[in-house]
Amino acid sequence: MLAFLRDRRVRGYLFQLITIIGVVAFLWYIGVNTTHNIEQRGIKTGFGFLNSTAGFGINDSPISYTPSNSYGRVFLVGLLNTLIVSFVAIIFSTILGLFVGVLRLSKNWLMRKLSAAYIEIFRNIPILLQILFWYNVVLRSLPSPRGSIDIFGTIFINNRGLYIPQPALDATVISVLLSFILVIVFVFFLNRWSNKRQEQTGQEFPVLPVGLGLLIVVPIIGYFVGGANFDFSYPHLQGFNFQGGKQFYPEFIALAMAITIYTATFIAEAVRSGIEAVNKGQKEAAASIGLSSYQALKLVVLPQAVRIAIPPTINQYLNIVKNSSLATAIGYPELVTVFAGTTLNQVGQAIEIISITMLVYLVVSLVVSALLNWINHKMKIKER
Amino acid sequence: MAVYNKISQREAPSNSKGAIHWMRDNLFSSPLNTALTMLGIAILVWIIPPFIKWSLIDAHFAGDSRAQCTGDGACWVFIKVKMSMFMYGFYPEVDRWRVNLVAIFFVVLIGLFKLIKKDTVRFFMLTGYFIVAFILIRGGFFGLNVVDTNKWGGLMLTIIVAAVGIVCSFPIGILFAFGRSSKLPIIKSISVTYIEFIRGVPLITILFMSSVILPLFFPEGITFNKLLRALIGITLFQAAYIAEIVRGGLQSIPSGQYEAADAIGLSYWQKMILVILPQALKVAIPNLVGSFIALFQDTTLVLIIGLFDLLAMVQLTSSDSKWLGFETEGYVFVTILFWVFCYSMSVYSRSLEKRFNTNNK
Repeated sequence: MLAFLRDRRVRGYLFQLITIIGVVAFLWYIGVNTTHNIEQRGIKTGFGFLNSTAGFGINDSPISYTPSNSYGRVFLVGLLNTLIVSFVAIIFSTILGLFVGVLRLSKNWLMRKLSAAYIEIFRNIPILLQILFWYNVVLRSLPSPRGSIDIFGTIFINNRGLYIPQPALDATVISVLLSFILVIVFVFFLNRWSNKRQEQTGQEFPVLPVGLGLLIVVPIIGYFVGGANFDFSYPHLQGFNFQGGKQFYPEFIALAMAITIYTATFIAEAVRSGIEAVNKGQKEAAASIGLSSYQALKLVVLPQAVRIAIPPTINQYLNIVKNSSLATAIGYPELVTVFAGTTLNQVGQAIEIISITMLVYLVVSLVVSALLNWINHKMKIKER
Repeated sequence: MAVYNKISQREAPSNSKGAIHWMRDNLFSSPLNTALTMLGIAILVWIIPPFIKWSLIDAHFAGDSRAQCTGDGACWVFIKVKMSMFMYGFYPEVDRWRVNLVAIFFVVLIGLFKLIKKDTVRFFMLTGYFIVAFILIRGGFFGLNVVDTNKWGGLMLTIIVAAVGIVCSFPIGILFAFGRSSKLPIIKSISVTYIEFIRGVPLITILFMSSVILPLFFPEGITFNKLLRALIGITLFQAAYIAEIVRGGLQSIPSGQYEAADAIGLSYWQKMILVILPQALKVAIPNLVGSFIALFQDTTLVLIIGLFDLLAMVQLTSSDSKWLGFETEGYVFVTILFWVFCYSMSVYSRSLEKRFNTNNK
């Protein structure tokens, strides 16, 4: 019997069996208690509540929403707001992070020190503190609508938010947008074609200048083709408040700004470590075979730096989505605020609501990690 | 007969020392560089002088009432008056010596750690410290009156949450790291599921889960108070992150170490605890410190479920009717505190990284 137990394989099975029994017993214990508690307290179960009327207002909604809509609609509004604020923060933190990361390695001493200071300061302050600071201190101290900060009479900033002109969705706007998309798709294929041609013939095609040129020229053509008529709705002061235009609420601005500033420090570090990781010998080798410094950057340094910098950057994108849940501290109506917050308080079905909320984030992070794996696989150095 | 050509004289090397030369090299080497320097100076001028004016020159330090604060400067009197709130929350004034004693014991503990190198002794000292700290802070033994957890607050609560989170999540995290790198399929898949699930959701949803769902899991007799629920949530969260870091450490250990341990006949646990884990942890230390910094920052989230940590104290103290409108000072003060803690930890982690790097070479 003892000899039997000394067999490593047998012990492995035994150990796993004990673990399973333990886990199942634990889950069963929890399940029994939970059903008992739910019965005892008369908590309703099931997802029927998603169809009942919400009855509370949401000021900042990308889709039409009224208090008479259902909790299902509330969930959708929250989800969309989460995605919107994450998307905005991803764009801006990437731009800021790229700048700071490159400046961190610049030849300019002052800029190097400034970007290092920026990183060290903002990385070491809790993100929630930053959100509350922007919201409660900076945005609160802005003037009231009457004394708004006025930029060219079209953009207004006050303690109720940021107002910008909003174009009506007419032929011109659509045609400009379409031409943008068209150019991006075209440049993508142009780039593939030029890379292929370079591999085969060694001839270079100036993709970047051509692409940038097209990006400016084609939308202008699109503007005229579409009727050359932008129909803006301008914000204007009416009574005590602004009417027209697009309003960005202080909650949105505080959240997007804080997340952008915080996350950009991490992206900057990723960019810096990516560039620094490229061996000096690579640059020297590129110079010795006669590549110009632009060619060396484009063909030798960047492809290697990007390979190192992209995975941590994408992880930061995931962190942005997760950190957007902190909006609940200042009341920006994203998923956690309106669904795991207000809806939970009204309906009381904690298990269903928290599960749905967690599931949303899980799906997002599974998608992101699948994307990461795909990129890692694609970028892996092909070794023989 | 060789013909020798005299090489023409080279110019003397320029004087590469001095402030002017340094500035020309580092600040004004090209038009772009000059523009960047100007931009940098503009940013500094924009931020630094107003901040110094507000926080020092126009600021008020003396006195103990709102009346002392006139003008535009910062009112540090507010911080001075509310200091005990920021440090202890609502902890009764007569009992605060107990918290201070715990802090002093901590310094003593660090000193003893420097002297005593034996790991088992250290372990018992640490365990003893936590028991003593718990008894002192909570009370209920040796005639100390009980101070309920809802009175705990401020920096003290922040440190307690962070410390408990770190200490409790550490062994759990290591177990999950073992589980994830185990060859047993069921153990492995349970660990993977746990780690990926926790890492995929924001901490705030886990805190919500532990504060609203956890009580449903247990029979009616068992109740958890708010702080304990938050601690459970934070520990579960942190454990998943520690597991991933330790796993990274485990993977960096050459397989020869595993094989050697097997060859001398060590059991699985002997092998892992005596041979593999010490090496893995050494590799993982910089990342572990990084995750402790993240945890320390994340403790601020407990304010969302209604605990009064350091950050929550800003909102609480500035809603005092006698001191309305001093949020800015509160936020700046708390920011500086958090920053000092986190920055010193990150400097420490960098020094560790350096030390361990040279060791490996």
